[in-house]
Amino acid sequence: MSNSRLWARLAGARASCLRAAPRAACAALLPLLLSGCDWALFAPKGDIGVQTKNLILIASGLMLLVVIPVILLTLYFGWRYRETNTRARYEPKWSHSTSIEVVVWTIPCIIVAILGVLIWKTTHELDPYKPLESEVAPLRIEVVALDWKWLFIYPDYGIATINQLPVPVGTPLEFKLTAQSMMNSFFIPQLGTQIYAMAGMQTRLHLIADEPGVFPGLSAAYSGPGFSDMHFLTHATSRAEFDAWVKQAQSAPQKLDAAAYERLAQPSGRMEPAVFSQVQPALFDAIVNLYMHDHGTPRATAKQLALTQSLEQAIASELCSAN
Amino acid sequence: MFGKLTLEAVPYHEPIIMGTLGVVILLGLALVAAMTYYRKWGYIWTEWITTVDHKRIGAMYIILALIMLLRGFADAIMMRAQQAMAVGDAAGYLPPHHYDQIFTAHGVIMIFFVATPLILGLMNVVVPLQIGARDVAYPLVNSLGFWLSAVGAVLVMISMFVGDFAATGWVAYPPLSGLQYSPTVGVDYYIWSLQISGLGTTLSGINFIVTILRMRAPGMNLMKMPVFTWTALITNILIVAVFPVLTATLALLTMDRYFDMHFFTNELGGNAMMYINLIWIWGHPEVYILILPAFGAFSEIIATFSRKPLFGYKSMVYATSSIGILSFFVWLHHFFTMGSGANVNAFFGIMTSIISIPTGVKLFNWLFTMFRGRIRYHSATLWTIGFMVTFAIGGMTGVLLAVPGADFVLHNSLFLVAHFHNVIIGGVVFGCLAGLTFWFPKVYGFTLNEFWGKTSFWCWLIGFFLAFMPLYILGFKGMTRRMNHYPHADWQPYLIVALVGAVIIGLGILSLLIQIAVSIKDRKQNRDLTGDPWDARSLEWATASPVPSYNFAVTPEITSLEQHWDNKQSGRAYVRPAKYDPIHMPRNTAVGFAISMWGLLLCFALVWHMWAVAVGSLVAIVITFVVRSYDRDVDFYIPAAEVESIENARYERLQEAA
Repeated sequence: MSNSRLWARLAGARASCLRAAPRAACAALLPLLLSGCDWALFAPKGDIGVQTKNLILIASGLMLLVVIPVILLTLYFGWRYRETNTRARYEPKWSHSTSIEVVVWTIPCIIVAILGVLIWKTTHELDPYKPLESEVAPLRIEVVALDWKWLFIYPDYGIATINQLPVPVGTPLEFKLTAQSMMNSFFIPQLGTQIYAMAGMQTRLHLIADEPGVFPGLSAAYSGPGFSDMHFLTHATSRAEFDAWVKQAQSAPQKLDAAAYERLAQPSGRMEPAVFSQVQPALFDAIVNLYMHDHGTPRATAKQLALTQSLEQAIASELCSAN
Repeated sequence: MFGKLTLEAVPYHEPIIMGTLGVVILLGLALVAAMTYYRKWGYIWTEWITTVDHKRIGAMYIILALIMLLRGFADAIMMRAQQAMAVGDAAGYLPPHHYDQIFTAHGVIMIFFVATPLILGLMNVVVPLQIGARDVAYPLVNSLGFWLSAVGAVLVMISMFVGDFAATGWVAYPPLSGLQYSPTVGVDYYIWSLQISGLGTTLSGINFIVTILRMRAPGMNLMKMPVFTWTALITNILIVAVFPVLTATLALLTMDRYFDMHFFTNELGGNAMMYINLIWIWGHPEVYILILPAFGAFSEIIATFSRKPLFGYKSMVYATSSIGILSFFVWLHHFFTMGSGANVNAFFGIMTSIISIPTGVKLFNWLFTMFRGRIRYHSATLWTIGFMVTFAIGGMTGVLLAVPGADFVLHNSLFLVAHFHNVIIGGVVFGCLAGLTFWFPKVYGFTLNEFWGKTSFWCWLIGFFLAFMPLYILGFKGMTRRMNHYPHADWQPYLIVALVGAVIIGLGILSLLIQIAVSIKDRKQNRDLTGDPWDARSLEWATASPVPSYNFAVTPEITSLEQHWDNKQSGRAYVRPAKYDPIHMPRNTAVGFAISMWGLLLCFALVWHMWAVAVGSLVAIVITFVVRSYDRDVDFYIPAAEVESIENARYERLQEAA
């Protein structure tokens, strides 16, 4: 009994989130889950997050159409046909009914058919590689998962940050991601979709923040002892505020050249947010190509190759000292 | 000689580990002393360690699983306590280095050394009886398979006290599990314990496929096989199909670590995603390997206690088989977030949701088995109904995770953790504990205490919901798995509730142990005289409890799906045969035990790079094998007179019961 009730309440809580009803409605539905409307995934702050939230609610609702009756029927049959209830009909030999069989195969088939169409459509709509449609020019951000912190490079401004991600509201964010060594997953729950950041490879992700605010982000894939400290804050501000921040960042005293990157790439515990100016050009591509040596990079410039080699040496010496 | 092994390998400075070691040593000494005092060494050796009897091997699998359950649960409660404490600036009491090993060990132990031995144990006890066979096809291989699994568990336990265990998560993704980022022996312990127990599991898989396909009693065609045997057949086909993939994947990882290759690390063009694909090509079918026999157990139990035949037997068989096939086409749903294209993700998402069709049909069939029945609320019935309610929720959250768009935000979250515990506890554990209560008398000859069985059920059920419903919510709040500490204060209350839930599950485990102890104490009152304590339906209930070593004095003739039930209805049950023949049986042997002990030494030596010892123990394995090949004294006949006297005693018990 307790399960079905809990789920009914949960469904209620979700439904009211969808209607953006006041928080009190949630509280009235379920005192236990007072903060229901604060659940990050149900309080999205960007279009991708909103679509994901709706998808979760629609898919759950569709399945609850079967799950709730199954749970209720289980409890009802369990009660009705208990041993002591001799008034209930008992058919000790009954074990087959073609019509029931047809129904029990058909119901899940219909649900899954609808779900299948929903999956096909939404998987294409929410494809993380698909650029967002917008009149505003996208902001390019290059993300590097380091041990154990996030490096964000803004290639258009020559600046970079550690463990903080200022972005302008209403601007499509175009992420390219990679990792120095360990695999991590880049995730800002309130903006939606996460994606892996993997060494030697580049992934892409498109998100948008539609409301200003501070949204926590983290690594969603365990990557070693410092993993729990790989969190950061996304500061979504107006375009003007963002531009002002960029100006300020461009004159930050710390510069991100190859040597500074080498130092950053060393494994470390929790790191306070930091800002760098004068980021080495093509740093991100050099990190992606770190393991390529001089193969497979026909378009790499001599400068980029030199950078890759110096990074390789740095990492080799780091590993030697680690061992 | 000792390779990398030095006295430094023992973590003297870790009070928790040293305390545990002290307890283990004390308990071990107490056990040795008790066995010596009661002169039980000979009994243990001849009746258990060297046995090839499938029922005893099954019982040993289940004992192994229950012991390892205690270890796995201790890990769980430590994790829950850490997460309940470590908010904001609080670091908790477990540093990441220790905590990371604990969650890895918890996953490895629960999957490989609790769930797997539980289902192998149940299959060992039940399958030969259900098909009317004298034993499995290869009794020695069965014994070897068990001991290989057991030494795998021993190796994991050793890792706690000598060296360390992997701190990589239970599937040990590279590059973290590579030599550069896991330079200690932890991952090597992981590799070799899984390799040796995986070998045991593969051998069991082959053994059961042959047993089921070749040794059914005359007249039992495939569509007259009880559902549990059907699920066992599909599970063992899956085992044989996918465990070699695990073996190969771990072998490649071994080459990365031992021979400086780079299959899975970037340096020489390797790629971690190859490992992640391979491990899940094994890993997803593995989930169905565990759940299918549990489904089988529920099917037998719900029919027996509803006093009706299982509804839709054919549907059940087709559903089980189609789950087996579909399980090979879904592995990518474990990493939709790797950046694969929308078509690939959509394909795997849809394939995964299709699995919910046969699974849903099974639920409906159990439901209609209850319909118009006369349900007796034995504790096995409680586990079954508890399962149906719990599993419906777990199945739903599973399909939600199969929707790529939803998985993009739920992947690796506590929602995922809640989901797989929902189906593994609510499905596999409930199923095995139900099966344990249900079939226990067949092995030991007495039934289990009902009061403590029901207490255990309610603790597990309530504990489960308290422990994992908050985790679903935390997933919606954006909390990811495997966090040692976290900055969000609003997560803490949920984690405290989860800790309380875990404690209640602990009470459930305690009740289970009390149940077994009380039942042993009261075994005289609870004797099962008829061999059919639940008025059940399939062939295993046609023979005595405890089942004699030869199972059936006369091989049964099969004419219907519910042979025993139909015999009881038509008065053909319990009819004395005109005469008994001598019965051909396999002789006990220590070969399986010996090979496994050498295997343990081999794996330990490989972990520590003790090459001379490794070569020596490998040679010893080969010699043991060769010696056994020349041993011609491997079987014997139980004389007809002895069979007759055992059977006569049984008929006296039947009369006593009547």
